[in-house]
Order: sequence, then C-alpha cells, then structure tokens
Amino acid sequence: MARAVTNQRKAINTAAAWAVGLLIFFPILWTILTSFKTEATAIADPPVFLAFDWTLENYSAVMERSNYARFLWNSIIIAGGSTILGIIVAVPAAWSMAFVPSKRTKDILLWMLSTKMLPAVGVLYPIYLIFIKLGILDSRIGLVIVIMLINLPIIVWMLYTYFKEIPVDILEAGRMDGASLKDEIIYILTPMAVPGIASTLLLNFILAWNEAFWTLNLTAAKAAPLTAFIASYSSPEGLFYAKLSAASTMAIAPILILGWFSQKQLVSGLTFGAVK
Amino acid sequence: MGQINLTQVTKSFGDVNVIPPLDLNINDGEFTVFVGPSGCGKSTLLRLIAGLEDITSGKIEIDGQDATELPPAKRGLAMVFQSYALYPHMSVRKNIAFPMKMAGMDEAEQKKRIEAAAKALNLTDYLDRRPGQLSGGQRQRVAIGRAIVREPSAFLFDEPLSNLDAALRVGMRLEISEMHKRLATTMIYVTHDQVEAMTMADKIVVLQAGVIEQVGSPLELYRRPRNKFVAGFIGSPKMNLIEGKLASEHSVHTIGIRPEHIDVSTTEGAWQGTVGVAEHLGSDTFIHIHGIPGCDPLTVRAGGDVDVRHGDTVYLTPQAQHIHKFGADGLRLD
Repeated sequence: MARAVTNQRKAINTAAAWAVGLLIFFPILWTILTSFKTEATAIADPPVFLAFDWTLENYSAVMERSNYARFLWNSIIIAGGSTILGIIVAVPAAWSMAFVPSKRTKDILLWMLSTKMLPAVGVLYPIYLIFIKLGILDSRIGLVIVIMLINLPIIVWMLYTYFKEIPVDILEAGRMDGASLKDEIIYILTPMAVPGIASTLLLNFILAWNEAFWTLNLTAAKAAPLTAFIASYSSPEGLFYAKLSAASTMAIAPILILGWFSQKQLVSGLTFGAVK
Repeated sequence: MGQINLTQVTKSFGDVNVIPPLDLNINDGEFTVFVGPSGCGKSTLLRLIAGLEDITSGKIEIDGQDATELPPAKRGLAMVFQSYALYPHMSVRKNIAFPMKMAGMDEAEQKKRIEAAAKALNLTDYLDRRPGQLSGGQRQRVAIGRAIVREPSAFLFDEPLSNLDAALRVGMRLEISEMHKRLATTMIYVTHDQVEAMTMADKIVVLQAGVIEQVGSPLELYRRPRNKFVAGFIGSPKMNLIEGKLASEHSVHTIGIRPEHIDVSTTEGAWQGTVGVAEHLGSDTFIHIHGIPGCDPLTVRAGGDVDVRHGDTVYLTPQAQHIHKFGADGLRLD
C-alpha cells in the first residue's frame, strides 16, 4: 500500500520544514537586520526585530575605515584560484581512480578523506614555518595553494563519483573511434561530466570563500580576504555589533547571491548518484 | 581485407585464466559468430581482438600484420556495443562523424559518408537529434552508422541486439545480415542466442569456459556436433541427450536425438511416455514427455495440428538416421 499523504499531514510537514529552514537562516537574517541598526539599537534589551530606524551609517563607516574592495578581490583570487588549481589537479586523479583503478584505489580515496579529519591546527606550525621559509606568508599564492590542498580530497571525491557514473563503454567506443587519451578527456569525458564539474566548482568555491582558519592565520594585511575583514571588526575592547554585522553582511553577500542562483545545480550535484 | 588470425592467444585476469591457449582463423569477408553461455569468454575474446584488453600471451594478426601491440584505433576495426555506447552530448550527425573527425578526414568527405550511412540506415530525419531522443532500434542504427563510415576492415558486434525487444531484434538481425551481404566485410558477432548464431553466421565458434568447443558452419554444427555440449547448445528446442538403457541398445554411453527427429503417435512406437506439458505455438507443438528412461523430460517437436494434452500416453519413434552417438568422454563417436 502506498503511504497516504493527507492534506493535514502535508500542511504540518510544510510548516515544520519552514520552521527548520528559518531556524537555520535566522543567524544570517539577524546579522543582516542588525547591520541596519544603530549601535544602541543593536544591543537593546529586549531586542528589536523590525521596528527600528533603518540606517546605512554602519555601511558607510565600514567603507570609510576599511578597503572593502581589496578584501573582496583577495577573496575572489583565493577562492577562484584554489578552485581552478584544484580542478586541474583533481580531474586526472579522479579519472585514473574511476577508470583504471588499482587494488589500492579505495584505500587511497579513504586515506585522502581521512586527512579532512585531522584538526587543522595540528599542522599549523609546520605549515607556518614552511610559509616563512618559502617567503609566501601573507601572499595570495600561498593561500591559493594551501586552500586548494585542504579542499582537494573533496574535489577528488566528488569528481570520482561523477566519473564513476559515466559508462566505460562510451570511453571504449571513443578509443575504438581513434580518440587519444587527450581527445577522450576533451571531447567525451569532460562534456559528459560538465554538470558534475560545475557543481564541484561551485561547492569548492563556497568552501574556499568561507575558509577562516588558514586565511586568518596565514595573512596579515596584503593577502587578507573577507574573513579577515570580518575578524577585524570583532575587537576585545568595546563591541561594535552593528558595524561587525555590516562587515559580515558585505562579506557573505557575494557568496549568498552565488549560492542562491546556483542552488539547483548545487543540490543536484550533492545528491548525484544518491538515488539510482 | 579483413583476415584475422589468433595464434596461441591467452588471457588471464590476475590468477584467473579466462582464455587458455586458443587458435582461430577468421577469413576475409566471413560472418563469424562467437556463441556460448554467459561467462564463456566470448566477449573477452572479442575485446582482445578489438584491443580493448591486452592479451596475456600469443599473437593477433590482422591482414597479415602483427596487431598484438597496436592500440584499438590502429587496428582498423569498428565495434558496435551492446549498450550502443553513443556519445549522449552529441547529435546523431556528430556521433557518426566522430571517428572521421578523429582520423582528420576532410569535411566534404565526412558529409558524403554521413549522408550515405544515414540513407542506408533510415536515419536521415534524425541526424540533428540527440541519442536520448531516439528509440533503442534507432540508437543501435546510429552505432552501426558510426562503425560503417570508418570503412573498417572488420566489424565487431558485442551482443548488439540484447537490449532490443523481440520484434525489433528479428528486424535488426535481418538488417545486419543484409549489410554483410552488401558490404562483404568481415564481421565478428558475439551472442548468447543460438538462433542469432544459426541465422546469421557463415561460421560459428562455440565457446565454453574460454575453450573453443567447435568451429563450423551452422548446418555442420547442427548435423555433426563434435560433443555433447555443442549438441545441447545448438538447436532449439535443445537436443535430447539420453543415457542408460536406451543408449546401451546402441552400445554407446549417450545418444542424442533432436526434438524434430522424433515421430510421435498415439497408437504405436518404440518408446512409451506420458505428456507433461504441450506447448502449442500454432506452427509447431513442443511436447515435453515423461517416462522415457535416461532423459526426463524428453522434448518432441511435432506439427501444429497434433492434439495431445497433459496426461495422454504417447508413443515415440526416433529417426534412426538422425541419432547422434557420444562416448563417456562426451565426444562424438562416428
């Protein structure tokens, strides 16, 4: 018997889903609202939800004090650069694991994933020292490399899952038709994996954009991205909630907009292969 | 030209030896069918010829040239896969053009060949569609078109009709046979369906566990199977293999008699049995008979107008000239 879905049940489920959605979104909503309040209203008790005098003064203060454009540009370079570099490294790796697996392929994949379980702080000192030695501390190139490396396991895993779904017959047909390995990747594999590669790019870009541990610890002024921009507004002496909120809103806005427009792609990418 | 010779070819996957040393010659222009049960190594053998798998030892020659080390594309062979293996992101036209594009053929020649292939395969109206918008039969035609335009020295078919429904399969079978007559190119065709093997082949290669059991024309295999395996595999319904008392009357271990070589009567005959199931196909009746010692049930193919039912007693007389005799080792005796 099929499971009966009554209208009442549907209404309850819908309400519950909205409640959970709002609960998750609430901190972001509160941050955005606070960014339009004065510092006094921001810390008012009881808190004011919507009935306050909306102001843009926090935004102008933040723009005056910091060079938003420079932080934004650093974020774009670091997130974009690490994503592109990651894809370049991961495509051949995922290709070989998906299509010419060895006995140890599964182990390697698990080992790669296990590196994500290591607390990042555990390797902070070695990496910090290496960065000093190489003279890439507080440089965009250094961050591009380190963030690419920490996200690489996820990129390889995602691409591997997509490639596994491509029938080997099609690649073999290509080989029979005279395609070299390069032709095979350019004309057959990549076009077929475009949806998968696109969602991998997107997810990785978002992860890199939001990454705070390494960006805060390995940058000072030159290469600091938007995470450092936010952090610069949380100071131990005297809290400026409204300004901090304005800075946060400005930092998350680009990625929020990107996520909003690509949500269909992201969801289909993340659930790919889950139902077959 | 499309002469293919395999000399002492073997294939192992790790410790598993799937093809023990095997010799086979396929003549130019011949339609050769590899047939055998699932897992008999027929597809592996085809993939070895194609170059999609490396042989473990031995030698493969195509048109007198040693092709053992050549990559698939350099062997001059075209392959049609069971799953069609079309490029889903390309139109039919681009799918067919792909091998010519890879070969760097000039555009005008490509266009000419695509049009000729599309016309021959009734695909002209579908050239701008994607494979996803085509039916199974049309997809298989595209796969064949992609093979034809290369003008290969031999075509390799890996169970190309298995994904089609029964009616389409018969139609495509005829089309492939006609294509072979028209092009007179060597074709190697893998199937587990002995009807396809019998109807299409010039030469059938029967395989079991990587070993060639017999090579011959369809009628040779039907009339003089070399052993019990081939006897049971070729022909539908299967040959009855009878052991024990009835076989020892002929002084052999096993006798084989095809269902169509047994006369059935309700009044008299050499053997007596009881009808289990009678399958009325209209043109024929397949009667499964119990009570014959050494073979239960025994299958008889009678005319469509024979009226017997479950539980009826029937008398059977095997046609003496059609009795096959096998020794205890399973090999044919005469």
